[in-house]
Amino acid sequence: MRLLEVEDLTVRFGDSTVVAGVRLSLGAGERLGLIGESGSGKTLTALAVAGLLPPGAAVTGSVRFEGSELLGRRERAIAPLRGAGIGFVFQEPLTALNPLMRIGAQIGEPLRIHRGLSRRAARGAAAELAARVGLPDPERIVRAYPHQLSGGQRQRVGIAIAIAARPALIVADEPTTALDVTVQAEILRLLTALVEEEGSALLFISHDLAVVAQVSRRLAVMRAGRVVEEGPTLDVLRDPREPYTRQLVAAARATSWNPQETPS
Amino acid sequence: MTPVFLVRRLGLLAAALFGVSLLIFVLLRLLPGDVATIVGGVQATPEQLAVLRERLGTDRPLPVQYAEWAGGVLTGDFGRSMLNGVSVTDELARKLVVTLPLTLTAAVLAVAIAVPLGAYAALRQRAPDGAAVSALGQLGVAVPTFWMGIMLSVVFAVQLRLLPAQGFPADGWAEPGRAAASLVLPVLTLALAQAAVLLRFVRSATLEVLQADFLRTARAKGLTTGAALLRHGLRNAAMPVVSVLGIQIASLIVGAVVVEQAFSLPGVGKMLLADVGNRDLVKVQGTVLLLSGLVLVLGTVIDIVHRLADPRLRDTP
Ligand SMILES: Nc1ncnc2c1ncn2[C@@H]1O[C@H](COP(=O)(O)OP(=O)(O)OP(=O)(O)O)[C@@H](O)[C@H]1O
Ligand SMILES: [Mg+2]
Repeated sequence: MRLLEVEDLTVRFGDSTVVAGVRLSLGAGERLGLIGESGSGKTLTALAVAGLLPPGAAVTGSVRFEGSELLGRRERAIAPLRGAGIGFVFQEPLTALNPLMRIGAQIGEPLRIHRGLSRRAARGAAAELAARVGLPDPERIVRAYPHQLSGGQRQRVGIAIAIAARPALIVADEPTTALDVTVQAEILRLLTALVEEEGSALLFISHDLAVVAQVSRRLAVMRAGRVVEEGPTLDVLRDPREPYTRQLVAAARATSWNPQETPS
Repeated sequence: MTPVFLVRRLGLLAAALFGVSLLIFVLLRLLPGDVATIVGGVQATPEQLAVLRERLGTDRPLPVQYAEWAGGVLTGDFGRSMLNGVSVTDELARKLVVTLPLTLTAAVLAVAIAVPLGAYAALRQRAPDGAAVSALGQLGVAVPTFWMGIMLSVVFAVQLRLLPAQGFPADGWAEPGRAAASLVLPVLTLALAQAAVLLRFVRSATLEVLQADFLRTARAKGLTTGAALLRHGLRNAAMPVVSVLGIQIASLIVGAVVVEQAFSLPGVGKMLLADVGNRDLVKVQGTVLLLSGLVLVLGTVIDIVHRLADPRLRDTP
């Protein structure tokens, strides 16, 4: 049994089909990079997996997580899986956090929801998580509000939220795109290290080939709502079959990046 | 909240009150008409009018008149009516007994109506009932308050005979039941007019929060949409609504003047309209200052509350 099996996933907004028959599969502890240009449907695919699509989206196909079908279930039945089974890291660390809630309460919330921790206990756990994601002065920072943190620190909070309830799968949707280049590398290292420690699987979304190649040995390329190519990262990079993937590789090379340096 | 902010905000309030008092005083002096001709009557000779003006104090230089009035107001003395010499402070106190319960109850009721309905209209945006609630709100905004008051009287007072349509007991709150009954329709009129405006803001604030990223984060943590909205959405949606409340106080008070007229309630608003007709400048300026002062003070209070509730504002100087 695979951890996550997505088959024939289709998402429509009215007449426009924005995700068209996507197939993805992830085993426990595996990593998959999902790449594609802006608007190719990466985010909607990730959201559809956990029933997080915006109102107005019609979804068909199949999403099986740990063997059980999620599509077509009522929200009440899917919600307990979110956070506990599948953790999310989003692209915009500022808007993804509640501006009126203290950092500690936000980090501790998955534990309150899924483990029934008391407010006090959750605050203690939040400080420990803050330390784990490398936030400075955790005891103080859990009392801060999102606007008092830097972009990189906010994304560390986002990662702490995602791993808090120790999910078997972490979905990271362009977690470094909104950050400064210098901070991007740190966040990427942190995320991969934590995924390694936790033994979680990782679905890593990006439009940046160089970034995906650092994170994952397997790659799926999306274009216009479809997965156009899939396979080991190195194979795809060295011998891209689809014209679109060739363009991506050429574009990445143009910015002086060499796929040979990728870990195998 | 920084003490600097508090000092600055209160300083601003003081300056605004001073400016408003000056403006009221000057504007009223620009009005055509003279209280002396009203007190003296049309047959009064110029000599009699001059004597009257001297007695009323309206012959003195304007800065002297302003200083005397403003100085009195600072000690709670709003001067005396030019027409009959009664203390304006006492008159205001007598009328506020009607106006304050009217506006406060209406404000609370308006919030109690607008918040759940506005949130409902947003949550059920795509459904017919949600759209119906929004449309009803639009209608409420379009209907003039005066007309709404008359319609409510026709239905509840004239046809159903449930409530009194006009007036207020002469002995005030001596019989609380009767006094309260006579305020029901006016409160309802004022509250519905205010609720209609507020509903639109509650609806748009809720819609905004519904598509906020942090609400998706909350759901990604394991909350259902409803729970996420309660735990994360409500407070965020309340922020813009609170600032609108601060602005709406002025329209609430204007609405109260209209409603008192429509239901002939002996409140501040009705008195004000009569005094303007009589050119009783001292009473008019006292009443207008009290009402605009109320708007400014409540606006400041709401501003401070807003600051306390929003950590992003709390940190800015
Ligand atoms: N709420 C919505 N209503 C209608 N169309 C939408 C909605 N959300 C997304 N879309 C459309 O669906 C398509 C896929 O969007 P998606 O966000 O999945 O792209 P993406 O691959 O994540 O792009 P990016 O790299 O810019 O994040 C886009 O064309 C977008 O315009
Ligand atoms: Mg996206």
